[in-house]
Amino acid sequence: MSVAMPAQDTSVLKRRREIVRALRTMVPAEGVIDTEREMRPYQSDGLTAYRQLPMVVVLPHTTDQVAAVLRYCHQNGIKVVPRGAGTSLSGGALPLGDGVLLGMARFNRIREIDFANRVAVVEPGVTNLAVTQAVEHAGFYYAPDPSSQIACTIGGNVAENSGGVHCLKYGMTTNNVLGCEIVLITGEIVRLGGKHLDAGGYDLLGIVVGSEGLLGVVTEVTVRILKKPEVARALLIGFPTSEEAARCVGSIIGAGIIPGGIEMMDRLAIHSAEAFVHAGYPLDVEAILIVELDGPRVEVDHLVERVGEIAKTCGASGLRVSTSEKERLLFWAGRKAAFPAVGRISPDYYCMDGTIPRAMLPRVLLRMQELSEIYRLRVANVFHAGDGNLHPLILYDANQPGELERAEAFGADILKLCVEVGGVLTGEHGVGVEKRDLMPVMFSQGDLDQQQRLKCAFDDKGLLNPGKVFPTLSRCAELGRMHVSGGRLPFADIPRF
Amino acid sequence: MSDYHKPSDHKDIEAAVQWAIAGGKSLEIIGHGSKRLVGRPAQYDATLDLSGMAGITLYEPEELILSARAGTPLAEITALLASNGQELAFEPMDYGPLLGGAPGRGTIGGTLAANVSGPRRVRAGAARDHFLGVVAVSGRGETFKSGGRVVKNVTGFDLCKLLAGSWGTLGILAEVTLKVLPQAKSEATLAVFGLTDSEAAAAMAAAMATPLAIAGAAHLPDYMASRFDGLDEAEATTVFRIEGIAASLDESVASLKRAVRPFGASATLDQAASRRLWRSIRDAQPFWAGGPCGDRPLWRISAAPSKGCEIAAKITPAAMLFYDWAGGLIWVAPPVTQDCGAGEIRRAVAAAGGHATLVRAPQSVRASVDPFHPETGALAALTRRVKENFDPKGVLNPGRMWAGV
Repeated sequence: MSVAMPAQDTSVLKRRREIVRALRTMVPAEGVIDTEREMRPYQSDGLTAYRQLPMVVVLPHTTDQVAAVLRYCHQNGIKVVPRGAGTSLSGGALPLGDGVLLGMARFNRIREIDFANRVAVVEPGVTNLAVTQAVEHAGFYYAPDPSSQIACTIGGNVAENSGGVHCLKYGMTTNNVLGCEIVLITGEIVRLGGKHLDAGGYDLLGIVVGSEGLLGVVTEVTVRILKKPEVARALLIGFPTSEEAARCVGSIIGAGIIPGGIEMMDRLAIHSAEAFVHAGYPLDVEAILIVELDGPRVEVDHLVERVGEIAKTCGASGLRVSTSEKERLLFWAGRKAAFPAVGRISPDYYCMDGTIPRAMLPRVLLRMQELSEIYRLRVANVFHAGDGNLHPLILYDANQPGELERAEAFGADILKLCVEVGGVLTGEHGVGVEKRDLMPVMFSQGDLDQQQRLKCAFDDKGLLNPGKVFPTLSRCAELGRMHVSGGRLPFADIPRF
Repeated sequence: MSDYHKPSDHKDIEAAVQWAIAGGKSLEIIGHGSKRLVGRPAQYDATLDLSGMAGITLYEPEELILSARAGTPLAEITALLASNGQELAFEPMDYGPLLGGAPGRGTIGGTLAANVSGPRRVRAGAARDHFLGVVAVSGRGETFKSGGRVVKNVTGFDLCKLLAGSWGTLGILAEVTLKVLPQAKSEATLAVFGLTDSEAAAAMAAAMATPLAIAGAAHLPDYMASRFDGLDEAEATTVFRIEGIAASLDESVASLKRAVRPFGASATLDQAASRRLWRSIRDAQPFWAGGPCGDRPLWRISAAPSKGCEIAAKITPAAMLFYDWAGGLIWVAPPVTQDCGAGEIRRAVAAAGGHATLVRAPQSVRASVDPFHPETGALAALTRRVKENFDPKGVLNPGRMWAGV
């Protein structure tokens, strides 16, 4: 796979030894890695098709060290790529050959758990699951649960605005973060938000979340924690067609029910998962829904009944309701193992991540089958059905010449289709390098310029994670220029009073 | 050139901004003008009135989304949603009566531009959390869009968040898309009596630490309680709103009762009284301009819920106040003084963390005291750069939030 990255700055590369020496004065020696062998683990993230050794890896411990490194890089025109656990599926942490890879893994402490305010203050290298583990003794948890939660870090979650299967009811990262400390490329330290609920000035926290490491380096995060629902029960519902399953999701939500999660899997995904984890999925259906309801026991029992009734009217061919926590987790086991399960039936797979208006699902699935035939590649679908987030898995074999390219082209067609039906390019994996060149499918140049102007306010030299998100890098001076049409009102017929 | 523009689409807005840029003019951006008195008093060369850009353009109840042109009356949107059993879950409050205007005014654009939420914010999030997509015009006179019509979307920077709460200083909203949610089937309120502010903070923390669907937690000190609609208590009253289906509501109220029992005796308000009370809390009714405290200045303080009473303790006892958001939102009406309490309040907030906005004060005070919480250092510089990048000529509501922004 190849993707055009910003041209390497040879003047920086020539000064590599001097730069490494300078970085060692800012971060203790073992925190600066410059040998090829030791840098190898950092050459790619979860999107392993793209690889690039960085110029140097720096692993700071403290905010002051981050500030010193960034200030130095800013003064010397050196690019910086921040990295959490490296689980990005869109290449957000892909290094640059002439850049510093700033690994935040050593920021791994939970600084404060504050039950009175229902928040936890954590360092960005703490894993998503570790936040829940730190508070679950008191019955609390951290709601966003991306499937990589064992490994992915909160800093990375902030950068990507990570979601998970419970977003419909509990929101994404952006809805669950109250504050951040960030370091700007200039080395300035800024605190955004805190333990209070809303911003006093511009909601800069709201744009830092999901900014994919382009605006600043997060050094501390304050997250909301919630009390676990009293009870959660899941329904496993089989359907003879995907259309009926999709319509059922609309009917449930249309009835005023917001489940904790609604997942959908298609035939290939069901069969792969069942063969892998034996969750008891029906094999004679085209689609299943897993609907989880959580809350007070009486309410959950009532809603389980209601969803069951709705499912029957939607043409469900089979329905099971979890009667124990063990059974509920078993229903989920197949869904959670869907990616590795598909990995077992194909040498490689390419995981896509678009979002569509839910009602468009039948149309999108149909077209995806057509594309599957055109590209001669199988596709399995798992789908956060409640919020319209599709994860088609394109099966291919990288050892077969041309298959990877076909898989990529197939994937791009799927994402274009998502935009065509009113959806978006990425629901939770981020743009990164992967979907960067598709951005013009969704945004005009003017839209992208406006976003890049925001980038300029944070990083005027474009040193933080360049080559990600935006297909073309515009200089801030160019973006700043005004184009005024002479001061005559172009539309003489506007009502004016 | 005329000084009042009433655009009918985003092209008209572009034209008005281009006109302002070319002539070095500033624009005051208004919808219904219901929040017009919030912020620094500034002289604008012209008014851009968006109330003509009205109309719901898309509503798909099963997709949980609604799009509307920015000048659409909020009341029109909430009525349409209610007729489908849905709502804006962030429960936007009505600034109108606090500022001397009529109730029930305000546009969806103004609601989002001011990031206006209500008591359910503790459970459902703020306006910004429901703001999915936007078409806006920058201070360069250029239309841009951000976000989309789906809930789950991480494609590019989330400019909706930035525009929410920017009070028209970064962009002019033309059309917006919101996430809507089903209304709760029923609600009840549990009231606990006789708590001090700090006891109430502890009781609210205990309640919020239950898994119950608590959609509002407020503390009304003794001198305040009877001033709210739906209550006639002479005692301090701490109230909790629970929402859910009718079948589970009684049991939820009983569980909550057990959770707050250590703090004091409690009673349940029925649905009708509950609805009246929370609307009254939402709109800070005791402080309405026409009421007995209507001449006092009014502050809105946002802090960590446990710090609310700490801040309040540092404010003159002559001030009247109450707490929403489980203690994290304090409405304070101090007596009229030269700075309307700014020194004292801002010092208390600085020590505890959070921010304070002077929502209502005479124009002379709003000119001398920053109504929006002052920013300093790198943050203030960053704010200024964001403004400059969106509105380099300072055309959009310049100086409304801070001088030079």
